Amino acid sequence: MIPRPALCALRFGTGLPVPAGAPLDAAAMLDALAGPDLAAASRPVAGFAEARPLLAAVETARSARRRKRERQPTDGQAGAEAEETAVAEAQAALRALAGAGLRATVARAVGAADGFRERLARFWADHFTVRARKAADLPLVLAFTEDAIRPHLTGRFADLLRAATLHPAMLLSLDQAGSVGPNSRAGQRRDRGLNENLARELIELHTLGVGATYAQDDVRQLAELLTGLTVDPAEGFVFRPQWAEPGTETVLGKTYSGKGMEPIRQVLDDLAARPETLAHLARKLAAHFVADDPPADLVAALTEAWRASDGDLHAVCAALLGHDAAWDGPLAKARQPWDFTVAALKALGLDGDGVAGLPDGAFRRRVVQPMAGMGQPFGAPSGPDGWAEEAEAWITPQGLAARVAWAMTQPSALTRGRLPDPATFAQRALGPVADDRLLWAVARAETRALGVGLVLSSPAFNRR
Amino acid sequence: MDRRFFLRGLSALGCSAAAHPFLTTVTLAGSDGGAPLGDHRLVVVILRGAMDGLDVVRPLGDPDYAALRPTLAGQTAPLPLGGGFALHPALAGLHGLWSAGEAGFVHAVSTPYRDKRSHFDGQDLLEAGTGTDLAPQARRDGWLNRLLQAVPGVVADTAFAVGREALPLLAGPAPTRSWTPELKLDLSAQGRRLLEQVWHDDPLFRDSGLAALDLAAETDPVALEAGAMPVAADRGTADIDRLVDFAAGKLRQETRIAAFSLSGWDTHVRQEAAIRGPLLRLERIVLRLKQQLGPQVWGQTAFLAMTEFGRTVHENGSRGTDHGTGGVMLTAGGALRGGQVLGRWPGLAEAALYDRRDLMPTSDVRAWAAWVMAGLYGFDRRVLEGAVFPGLDMGSDPGLVR
Repeated sequence: MIPRPALCALRFGTGLPVPAGAPLDAAAMLDALAGPDLAAASRPVAGFAEARPLLAAVETARSARRRKRERQPTDGQAGAEAEETAVAEAQAALRALAGAGLRATVARAVGAADGFRERLARFWADHFTVRARKAADLPLVLAFTEDAIRPHLTGRFADLLRAATLHPAMLLSLDQAGSVGPNSRAGQRRDRGLNENLARELIELHTLGVGATYAQDDVRQLAELLTGLTVDPAEGFVFRPQWAEPGTETVLGKTYSGKGMEPIRQVLDDLAARPETLAHLARKLAAHFVADDPPADLVAALTEAWRASDGDLHAVCAALLGHDAAWDGPLAKARQPWDFTVAALKALGLDGDGVAGLPDGAFRRRVVQPMAGMGQPFGAPSGPDGWAEEAEAWITPQGLAARVAWAMTQPSALTRGRLPDPATFAQRALGPVADDRLLWAVARAETRALGVGLVLSSPAFNRR
Repeated sequence: MDRRFFLRGLSALGCSAAAHPFLTTVTLAGSDGGAPLGDHRLVVVILRGAMDGLDVVRPLGDPDYAALRPTLAGQTAPLPLGGGFALHPALAGLHGLWSAGEAGFVHAVSTPYRDKRSHFDGQDLLEAGTGTDLAPQARRDGWLNRLLQAVPGVVADTAFAVGREALPLLAGPAPTRSWTPELKLDLSAQGRRLLEQVWHDDPLFRDSGLAALDLAAETDPVALEAGAMPVAADRGTADIDRLVDFAAGKLRQETRIAAFSLSGWDTHVRQEAAIRGPLLRLERIVLRLKQQLGPQVWGQTAFLAMTEFGRTVHENGSRGTDHGTGGVMLTAGGALRGGQVLGRWPGLAEAALYDRRDLMPTSDVRAWAAWVMAGLYGFDRRVLEGAVFPGLDMGSDPGLVR
C-alpha cells in the first residue's frame, strides 16, 4: 500500500520531491485545481495573439524573397542577400519564441506546486493533439495549449471542445482552414472544395471515439457544416460565410440549419454531450491516470459524474480522486518521456528557476533532444491521435536504452558535477516506493553517477 | 496469447479436427539444415498515413483519371509502366529495378477495413492481419508474430522491428527483437549487472532492458545528432540510411524478417509537394537495402510496402486527397517477380467506385502477403488462412514468388 501523499505526487503529479505548499490529499488537490492557474501566471507562454506577428513576419519575408528571386531568375540566390537575411532573422525570432515557450512549459511542470494541473494540461493537450510538423509550427502548438487548453481544464468539456476546435492551430493542423463548401459562393467561383480531416477527427478522436456507431456520411456532412471556419493571417480565427456550404446538414441523426456560427456551436455542444463521448473520455482519463486497462467501476464512476454534472471537468476530477481505485494497487503505468524528464529534473534538485536558468544549448541537449530520443519529440507525435498510452509502447528496448543513456550521463552535467549521494537520491526521488532490490543495487554502485543512473533507470522511477 | 482469439482463427477452418497450427511442424522450403525460415528474407514496411496509390501508380489509361485528378494528373511527368499505368516521378530511382523485374506493384488492394477510414483503426487491422469481426482490443498479436509462432526453433534474432516506435505488426508471444541503431550505452560490466538486478522483478523492464543491453553491446554506436529538434518533415535520409543499414546487417546474419514503418502519407493538402518527401524516403529504403544486402541476399529477399488504405479518387478542395479504400502495395527484391502491375483494375467510372468515392478494392492485401510467405517459406495454406490471417481466403496463387 503506497501512502496517499506519495501517490498524489507520483500518480497524479509530476513526481517527487514535492515543492513547499503542494497539496497532499484529494481535497487539497481539488481546491488547488479550483483556484487560479498560478504556474501559467508566473511563467508566461505566448498565446496565438502574441505569436501571430512573428509567424506573419516569416511569411512576409519569404514572399519578399520569392518575388526577388522571380525578378532575377538566372542569378539564383545571388542578389537576394538582404531578403535571405530578413527570412533568417524572422525565423530566428520565431525559434526564440518557441524556445522560451518550451522552457516555460518544462519549468512550470518542474516547479509547480499544483502538479495535477500540469498533468491535466498535458492530458488534454494530447487529447486535442495539434502537431508540429516542422520546427516552425512549435509556437502554434504551445499557443494552442495556452489559449485553448489551460483556461478550460476545470470548466465544462463543451467549452474546452469549442475552444480547441476553433483555435487557429487546430484549424491549420487538421486542414480545416482550407476547406470550402463546394456549393458556397467561394466554392462555385473558385476551384476549391471540402476537406474532411477535422470533421473526421472531431468524431473519431475528440468526442465519440472510433468505437462508436457513425458513418462516412456523418463525417461528410459534419465537414460541410464546418465550412467557413478558417484562419486569417491578420486576425486569427475567422468565420467566412462565403465559404460555408449552404443548406442543412444531418449529423448523427440531427439536422442543422441556419447561417453563421450558430449551427457549428450547436453541433459541437451536441457532440460534447453524446453518451459515447462521455464513455470514451471517462475511460481515457482513467486509463491515463490509473491503469492502461482501468477498473470498470472507476470508468463507470467517471462516466456518471460526467453525466450528472453535464460535463463539468472539475466534478469529473473529483470523481477520479474520490474513487478507491485511484489510491489502490501498484504503480502500473509507465512515465512517458516527458514525465520521466520532468521528474528526473525535480529529483536532481532543479526547480522552475533552475530550469529557466539553464543555458539554451544545455536545455536543448539535456532536456529537449533526449525526450525525442526516448520516443517523444515534444509537440510532434506521428499522428493526430497523440501519444500512446500503454507501458509497452514506451518501455521498448530502444526507449528504455535512451532513458538509461540519459540517466547515466546527464545528471552529472545537470548538477555541475555535484551528484547527490545515491541512497539519499533514491529516497528523495522515490520516497516509499524505493524497493529493497534497488537500494541493494544502489549500495553496490562503483560511482555516484552509476548509483544515480540506477535509480533513474529503475522500474520504480519509470512507473507512476 | 488470447485463447479466444486463437480459437476464432481455427474455427474459420470449419474443421475442429484441424491440427493445432502452432504445434504443426512446418516444413520450410529452402531450409538450410533446420535453421528457422531457411535463407529467404522478408522485409515489411508499414506506410502510415494512407499512401495515395492512384498518385504513385497512376492509371493514365483510365478514361476518368484525368478529370478526377485535375492538378495531380498534370503537373509532373510520370514514367510509363505499361498497361496504361505510370510511376510517380519521385520514384524514378525505382524504374531501373522495375525494368530488371525486381520491383512491382499490386493495385486496388485493401485490408478488410471499410467505411470509417480511421488511420489508427486501419493500421491496427493491417498489422493485426485479422478480419473486422474481432473487437479492436482483441487484436493483440501482429500477423508477422503469428507467422513466427508457426515456426519451430525461432529465436529472438529471427525477426527485428527497427526504429523508435513500437511495431504492433511484430508484437506477440513469439520472440522478436526491436532496436533503433542510433543508441549508444556506455556501461561498465558492474553497471550492466546492477541494471539486470534492478529490472529483475518487473517483466516489462527485464525483457526490454536485457534486449537493450545485448543490442547496445553489439551495434556500432552512432551518437545522437546535435542540432535542431527532429521533426518528421525536416528529416533528410540519414536516419533512413541508419535504419536500413542496421536492418541489412541483421538480415545478412541470422535475421530473416525485418519490419519498420514510414509515416508522412496523409496528404490532405497540396499533395504534389507533400507526397514527394515520403516517396523519396521509400525509394531510398529500397535502393539502400539492395545495396547493403548485396546481390546474393537481395536475390533471396522479398520486400513488401503496404498502407492502411488508399485515398479518394477525387482530389479534394485543397489539392490533396482524403481517406479512401483501395490502394497500392509495392513489392521488391530478387525473390519476387517484379516489372508488373498486378491486381485486377476496377476502373474509375463512378459506378465502379467503392461508396462512389474510393478505388474499389479487388483483392485483399493479406492474400498477396500470404502467397509470398507460402512461396518463400513453404507454409501450409491452413496455417496462413487459419492462424496468420485468420479467416482469409487466399484464392489462387498469383505466382509472385520466383
